[in-house]
Amino acid sequence: MSETKWEAVVGLEVHAQLKTRTKTFCRCSTQFGDEPNSHTCPVCLGLPGALPVLNREAVEMAVRTALAFGCTVHEESIFARKNYFYPDLPKGYQISQFEKPFSSGGSVTARLEDGSEREIRLTRIHMEEDAGKSIHTISASGTAVDLNRCGTPLIEIVSEPDIRTPEEAYGYLTRLRQVLLYLGVCDGNMEEGSLRCDANISVRPVGREEFGTRTEVKNLNSFRGVEKAIGYEMERQISLLESGGKVKQESLLWDAERQSARSMRSKEEATDYRYFPDPDLLPLVLGKQWIEQIRQNLPELPELREKRFGKQYGLPARDAEVLTARKEVADYFESTARLAPGTEPKKVGNWIMAEVMAAMGEHNIGIDEVGVNPEQLAGMFALVEQGTISGKIAKQVFEEMIASGKSADEIVQARGLVQISDEGELKRIVREILAGNQPQVEQYKSGKEQVFGFFVGQVMKATRGKANPQVVNNLLKEELSD
Amino acid sequence: MSEILSSSAAALAGKLSAGELSARELCQKFLAALEADGHNCLIGVRGEEALAEAEAVDAARARGDKLPATAGLPLVIKDNIVLRGKLPTTCGSKILHNFASPYDAHVVERLRQAGMIVLGKTNMDEFAMGSSNENSAFGPVKGPVAQDRVPGGSSGGSATAVALNLAPLALGSDTGGSIRQPAAFCGVVGLKPTYGRVSRYGLVAYGSSLDQIGPLARTVEDTALLLGVIAGHDGRDSTSADEPVPDFSAGLGKGVKGLKVGLPKEYFPDELDKNVRARVNEQVEKLKAGGAKIVEVSLPHTKYAIAAYYIVATAEASANLARYDGVRYGHRSSKAGDLLEMYRNSRSEGFGPEVQRRIMLGTYVLSSGYYDAYYLKAQKVRTLITRDFTEALGQVDVLLTPTTPTPAFRLGELMDDPVSMYLQDIFTVTINLAGVPAVSVPAGAVDGLPVGAQVIGRHFDEQTVLRVAASLEGDE
Repeated sequence: MSETKWEAVVGLEVHAQLKTRTKTFCRCSTQFGDEPNSHTCPVCLGLPGALPVLNREAVEMAVRTALAFGCTVHEESIFARKNYFYPDLPKGYQISQFEKPFSSGGSVTARLEDGSEREIRLTRIHMEEDAGKSIHTISASGTAVDLNRCGTPLIEIVSEPDIRTPEEAYGYLTRLRQVLLYLGVCDGNMEEGSLRCDANISVRPVGREEFGTRTEVKNLNSFRGVEKAIGYEMERQISLLESGGKVKQESLLWDAERQSARSMRSKEEATDYRYFPDPDLLPLVLGKQWIEQIRQNLPELPELREKRFGKQYGLPARDAEVLTARKEVADYFESTARLAPGTEPKKVGNWIMAEVMAAMGEHNIGIDEVGVNPEQLAGMFALVEQGTISGKIAKQVFEEMIASGKSADEIVQARGLVQISDEGELKRIVREILAGNQPQVEQYKSGKEQVFGFFVGQVMKATRGKANPQVVNNLLKEELSD
Repeated sequence: MSEILSSSAAALAGKLSAGELSARELCQKFLAALEADGHNCLIGVRGEEALAEAEAVDAARARGDKLPATAGLPLVIKDNIVLRGKLPTTCGSKILHNFASPYDAHVVERLRQAGMIVLGKTNMDEFAMGSSNENSAFGPVKGPVAQDRVPGGSSGGSATAVALNLAPLALGSDTGGSIRQPAAFCGVVGLKPTYGRVSRYGLVAYGSSLDQIGPLARTVEDTALLLGVIAGHDGRDSTSADEPVPDFSAGLGKGVKGLKVGLPKEYFPDELDKNVRARVNEQVEKLKAGGAKIVEVSLPHTKYAIAAYYIVATAEASANLARYDGVRYGHRSSKAGDLLEMYRNSRSEGFGPEVQRRIMLGTYVLSSGYYDAYYLKAQKVRTLITRDFTEALGQVDVLLTPTTPTPAFRLGELMDDPVSMYLQDIFTVTINLAGVPAVSVPAGAVDGLPVGAQVIGRHFDEQTVLRVAASLEGDE
């Protein structure tokens, strides 16, 4: 075997479906999952004589995205026709952007497992319309076409070939998706196809400047799938080259079940798309002021928010990362922290990461669906701070809050869970316990201090957990030292 | 009866609103005339649907409803304008022979609002590609003046129907002369409005950056009337201009005194048919007599126009016609074993030879490696041609040229000579490239065959174009 060390050169093309209410060039709904061909009109059906009119909302979302990634947004861009024949493409061309996209440049910061970061440059982001869906599984005799998706707005985010490892690709996509969700422009659902990724992959010996021959891998429907497919294709190309073979430039289809890629039959014979400016659409002119206005209204982006969480709330880096991974969770944390000023933010964060996120994971739901809002959670923290309930009881209370939707106060009152902090009452119970467990008292006094925990447990048992642990500790120490 | 058929639309509108004539009666008369047509002007006649609409107008009038002045006026429209209903919209093509549009074109909505009644769909060169109306899957249209002559194209059916009094008005479409050239050959008036003046929503596209719908009529007044009905902004066409719509007939009868008329020297070359030149010169004399100032101007890039036009138009057409693939509507070949075969056979069987020629030409000029040399260069030429017009029309109010280099040629005469056929458009394509408005108005005849004079104006100044055209009208 040769000693050559190889590295991958990967560029990703991500198609993100914009969350507009209507399609790119007509007023049909973009609703997913409805009756096939129910959201169609002369325009998206490509009927003779129909003409496209650009959706302003789609442009606004596209510009928002470009600004978030630091792209240059061009004041003038051109829509072009990309010509090819396919049954789910009714006009015989897709309206896209080619020579003059609305934005170029920018970058995405990928975070790797070890916490380090890599800046992946973007070539461009451009707007285009989606095609329909060909469904080959409906009948044995033919292919069915559903045009509901046809004309849905997409942005294509094209990276420079800056990605060197599968892990970097994963980190890139994770950050990309995170930002798209923060911006509210895409729902990021790869299974439903609202986020799609193709990877251009080549390998070269480490240290060499020139790129090797690349292949394009399509049909990647999860981030882990992208990571695996890149790993697979790297190995395939490396072993091919090491055994004296050559990489053929082609399109490959990733098979997630078999964890392998196979050569794809070409959609058409030629790949000359004969792009030219669409004469039905005027050049897209974006006012400087409009662009600035969109920039002003950008939400705080995850990277900045993560840093701020560390500073403002004193959170450890890992906590800040987890809490800002999703905008709703970060919002939830901030609301709770604000409503529970007496509780340390780190404690609030811990609770969300442990209890709230466990509930989300258990039912596979969003934080808004957990059933406990920040106000209610803050109410619970208040009871803990006041000493009304202990942390241990709080967990019980929280579970019941989720189940019943009631406030912590109501639950504590109704179930008599109020913490016993009354020294007189606790002293009586402590004395009873000690009196009933003389052998253990002897052990303790003879130096076996581990028995202390046993006494605490007994007091808790007797009070059904309601005893204030701090008070119990003090009383036990007092009584045992006598 | 023939008096009614030969009446102007304006006169008929007067009779209708005065109650001297019912819309139904009028509609019936024209339908009968259309049924008897021996020139193959129409691809489809509406009959019952049209009569029902006419009756509705009569009923509204009887109720005393306030109706537009045009209510009850019949017309025919070119078969590349979609119209909901029983008739298919064929574009003169086999590939759309059975395509029934589920929606109305913007201009059809305007006609309906104006209470006008579409009697039928006129024959045309397939997908508006042609200058003789011989490229129709439904057979050629025979010229109205001499049956062995072409009526011009591609709006040959519309021009012939109007010339033969089968309808007082017609709509055509003009991509490189398709309204003006047949108007000239048939001895009627035909106007191509400014690009963006009339919505293209519902006009089956040929060359999208050049196409405009426009009126054909026997008088300038009627032309202005129909333009007034169809003009105006439409949010469904991104290239539709949000410009005020004036009263297009406001300048009619005002004469040309004080106007400056330019004669572009490139449109009067030495080779120009001397009889055509003589007829156009007579028009120039009329303008002079009317008090217009005549000046010679130059449109220096004219010589590149035909080439630029046939690159731009066919490039756009090659994409515009991709949707006719046999998948969703229209002709699908019975020989369709797999997808590629279905595409190939459906399109080879469905499109006629001229359409196939232009699709191939357009595909070629957009192909990688050729794009810059053809398409991009043609766009540059287009910019220069537009500048020519802007500069010339900065010096004068309108330009006057022959509409065509010759009167109507014989059926079949140029069918094997596409380049000579394309040269038919030499005086008209520049106008589409520049986007300015132009009208062809009858300018007498050569050996009994009509000749047209073309009046070209500034962007959105159809008013002046029509004013000058009106002063050329008439026998004198």
